Amino acid sequence: MRNTTRRDFLKISGAGAGSLLLAGPAIKAFSQIAGDDTIHPGEKLHRTPTYCEVCFWKCAGWVYTDKKGRIKKIIGNKDDPHCNGRLCPRGTGGVGMYYDNDRLQTPLIREGKPGNQYFRQASWEEALDLVAKNLDKVRREHGPECVALFSHGTGGKIISHLLKAFGSPNIAAPSFAQCRGPREVAFTATFGEDVMSPERTDIRDTRCLVLIGSHIGENMHNGQIQEMSEAIDKGATIITVDPRYSTAASHSKYWLPIKPATDLALLLAWMHVIINEELYDKKYVEKYTYGFRELKDHVKDKTPEWAYAITTIKPDIIRKTAREMAHAAPAVIVHPGRHVTWYGDDTQRSRAIAILNALLGSWGRRGGFYVPEKAHLPKFPGPAYPKPKRSWKDAFPGKYKLVNEVLSTGICDATIPNPEMGCNLKAWIVYGTNLMASLPDQEKTLKAIDNLEFLAVIDTMPMDIVSYADVVLPECTYLERYDVIRTSPHREPYIALRMPASEPLYDSKPNWWMAKELAKRLGLEAYFPWNNIEELLDWQLKHVGSSLDEMKHLGVKKLKREYDDLYFLNGEDYEFNTNTGKIELYSTELANEGFDPMPDYTPHPEPPPGYYRLNYGRAPMHTFSRTTNNPNLWELKKENNVWVNPKVARIWGLENGQYVWLKNQDGVVSSFPIKVRITERIRWDSVYMVHGFGHKERQLSRSYGRGASDSELITRIAEDPIMGGTGMRGNFVTFLTEKPGKEVAS
Amino acid sequence: MRYAMAVDTKKCVGCSDCVVACQTENNVPLGYARDWITETVAGTYPNVEIEIRSERCNHCENAPCVRCCPTGASHIVEGGIVLVDHDKCIGCGACIEACPYDARYPHPDGYVDKCTFCIHRVEKGEDPACVAVCPTHCLHFGDLDDPNSDVSKAIADRKWKVLAPEAGTKPQIYYLI
Repeated sequence: MRNTTRRDFLKISGAGAGSLLLAGPAIKAFSQIAGDDTIHPGEKLHRTPTYCEVCFWKCAGWVYTDKKGRIKKIIGNKDDPHCNGRLCPRGTGGVGMYYDNDRLQTPLIREGKPGNQYFRQASWEEALDLVAKNLDKVRREHGPECVALFSHGTGGKIISHLLKAFGSPNIAAPSFAQCRGPREVAFTATFGEDVMSPERTDIRDTRCLVLIGSHIGENMHNGQIQEMSEAIDKGATIITVDPRYSTAASHSKYWLPIKPATDLALLLAWMHVIINEELYDKKYVEKYTYGFRELKDHVKDKTPEWAYAITTIKPDIIRKTAREMAHAAPAVIVHPGRHVTWYGDDTQRSRAIAILNALLGSWGRRGGFYVPEKAHLPKFPGPAYPKPKRSWKDAFPGKYKLVNEVLSTGICDATIPNPEMGCNLKAWIVYGTNLMASLPDQEKTLKAIDNLEFLAVIDTMPMDIVSYADVVLPECTYLERYDVIRTSPHREPYIALRMPASEPLYDSKPNWWMAKELAKRLGLEAYFPWNNIEELLDWQLKHVGSSLDEMKHLGVKKLKREYDDLYFLNGEDYEFNTNTGKIELYSTELANEGFDPMPDYTPHPEPPPGYYRLNYGRAPMHTFSRTTNNPNLWELKKENNVWVNPKVARIWGLENGQYVWLKNQDGVVSSFPIKVRITERIRWDSVYMVHGFGHKERQLSRSYGRGASDSELITRIAEDPIMGGTGMRGNFVTFLTEKPGKEVAS
Repeated sequence: MRYAMAVDTKKCVGCSDCVVACQTENNVPLGYARDWITETVAGTYPNVEIEIRSERCNHCENAPCVRCCPTGASHIVEGGIVLVDHDKCIGCGACIEACPYDARYPHPDGYVDKCTFCIHRVEKGEDPACVAVCPTHCLHFGDLDDPNSDVSKAIADRKWKVLAPEAGTKPQIYYLI
C-alpha cells in the first residue's frame, strides 16, 4: 500500500535531534493535569460559552472551570435549539479532547532525506515562515490556484478566507463527495434548495418518519435524536429500512430488512403504490410539481411484486408501509439521510427520496420539512478576493457541471500529473480532517501526496495524515479559542459564540491567529484588517443587534425571522428555484445534462462466494476517526468489532470475541485485527463495522492499532456520474483467522 | 419521600451520555463508572428484539450492601438514597460482593464508590447529571410519594419491570418496557 518515495511515513515520536518529548503514560499524565483528587462535586464553578466542535452539529454549551481554571465539565445551553441544554456523549466528553496528552504540542518540521526523515520541533516563527515560503514559491512558479485546502469544521472558515485571498478556489471538504453531496444535488434538482445542516426535517411534529439506512441514535445528530424521541412519545410511526437491525430499527414499528444495494427498487415501488392507489397529495402535486404524468408512466411497472424479487421485502409490507406514509401525510418525512455516498447512483436514489416527499406533500409542511432561516453576519470590510484563472474543474473538461462544491477526490486527481489534465496542484493545506480515514482509496491519496511539493497539516491531534506533512501546525482545541460566530440554519435564525475557557495548553494556537500570521507573510494583510478576532466578532455582532459582551453572557441568541413562514401557507403560490419554477418530479436539469430525468433501479455488483458486503456506520460516542483517542470517549468504546450473522460464523467456525483480519476482493488486508461480534442483528450477506478505528499513528497511544479501518478496505469506488460522489459500499470482505504473513503495519 | 428513577427502554439508544456526564459531574476516575449501558438481543434474524438499558445503583429499600457493611459506611439517607461515607469506608469490598447489580467499584483512593443519585444536585432541586443530559429524555427522576413527579408519572401508565426482583432487594430503578 504505502509506496511514497518523497515522504517517509513519519512517526511523530520518531528519532531525531529535538524530536517531540513524550508526555509519559497516558492515564498518569491525564490525572496530573486534571488533578481530580482535589475537586468535590458541587464546587462552585465558573462558566464560559462555547459551541461544540466534536461533530458538525455544533451544539452550544457552557464550559465549567474550577477556581484554578481547570476545565471540569461541559453542559448544553438550554436556549440552543441544536441541543436544548443536552449535549450528546461526545459533547459531554469534549473535555477529553482538551486533556488528551497525545495532543500536538509544538510546530513540527520534516527534516532529512527520503528514507531517513524525522520531525523536529520548531518555533511558530520558523514553521510559519516555512509554510509561507513554500506557498509563495508555488504562487510564483505555478500560480496561486495550484494550492488546495482540505477543510472540516468551523476553524476551516478562516483558513478558507486566507486561501481565497491568496487566489485559489480549490477548497474541498470530504463532507461533500464522501458524504452528503448526492442528497444536496438531488434535492436542489427537485425543490431548488438543499437539505442544509442541521437538516430541515420537522421530526418533532411528524407522524411518520422513514429512515433509509439512516441510523439515528447511532449517529448522534443531537437535535434529530431528541426530536425522534419526542416523536416516539407522541406515537409517530417509524419505518426503518436497513439490512442491519439498527438501534433505530429496534425503536420502529416497521423494520424492513432489505437486501443491501436495492433501496431504489423499494422507493420506486412505494411511488407506484402511492400513485396507483391515488394516495398522493393531489392538490399539492397539481399546484407545485412538474412532470407527474411522466412519473406515473415511469413507475407503472414498478409494482411491489417487482420490488420483492429485488429487495426481499414482501409486497404486502411495501403496500402497508406506503399507506402508513400517505395516512400521515403531509406530516411525514422520508429522511434524506446524511452520509449517502453508497453505490454510485446515489444522486438518483436521493432524487427518489425527494420525489416521494413531493408526492406526499411534505416539503414545506408541518411534520415534514420546514423552511429554515439562518442569521447573516456582514463581512468585515476588506479588499475583494482576486479572481482565480483556473480551478480544479479544469482537470475534468465537460464533467461535474451540476457540482457547486469542490470534490476532495477531484483535488487528489488534479494533483497526480496527467498529460490530459490542465491543473496540477502542487501544495495542500489540510485543516482538521484526517484524509487517511475520510477519503476512500488510500492508494490514490498517497499517490497525490507523493506528487506534492508541499503539505502543511493543521490539527489538534497527531492524526494519520500528520505523518505525511512537511510542516505540522498544532491547533488548540475548541475549548481554548475563539472562532467565527455559528450561524447555522434552524426554525429561527440563531447565533452562537465560542470563546476560550482556558489558555491554550502547550504551544498550540488558534486557527485565526495562524491565518493572520500567514497572511502577513504572504502580503495579504489587507484581508485581515482586524487586530484580533474579538474585534472582528464584536463588529459583526453589533451589526445584528448584539455585541461580544452580550454574547459572552448569553452564549446563544435568537434573531428574528426575516422572510417566509416556517411552513408553506395553504394554497399560496410559490416559485421554486428550478428551471420550471416547480418541484421537478421530472428533472429538466438532469435531462439537459444527459442524465436520467427520473430515477431508475440498476443492479449493483454482489459479493462473490465466501465474501460479504462491507457496511459501515457510526457509534454514538465517536465522531469519524477523530475521537477514538479521546480518553473519556475511548473508555466507552475502545475498538470496533465486525458484526457477523450466526449462520456465517458457523460456516467459518468463528467465535464471539475472536480476532480476525479482513481481506477485500482486491486482496487488501486490514492492517490490524478486529474482534468478531456474532449477532442476529445483521444479514447473512453482509458484515458491519463502525468507522474511524484502526489508527496507524503510534503517537495516538490509546487508539493505535485498536480495531480495523474500514477506509483502508474501501478500494472499489463507484463514482456518481452526476456529482462525483464516491460510492463506498461496493467492497466485499472475507475473514483471515490467522495473522497474514506480511507485516502490514509499521 | 422516596427517590426513584425510571428508564424508558423504548427510547434509550445506548449512547452512553449518562456515563460521561456522571464521570465529569462526580469526578469518577477514568477506567471506572457509576452507571453503564447494557444491551440484550433476542430472536433470530429478521425477528429480532433488543433491549437497551442505562443501569446504576438501584438504591434498594432492602439494601444488602448496607446490611453487610461492617463499619456503617454504607447507609441510607432521607429519600432512600444509599450512600457510602468515604471516611468510614475501609474498602473491604463486602458490599461489592453483596450487590446483585454489580453497581459498586473500589475507588483508587481506597473506598468503595457508586451512584449517589447526584444528591448534591438533588438537594438543590436539580435532576441527577445523567437525567439532565440524556438526549432522548429516557431517564425520569423524582419522588415516588409525589404523584406529580416525573418518575411517578412515567411509571403510572406504562408497563415496567425491575432487575433481579427475586433478590428481594426492592430496587428503585424502574425499566419501562
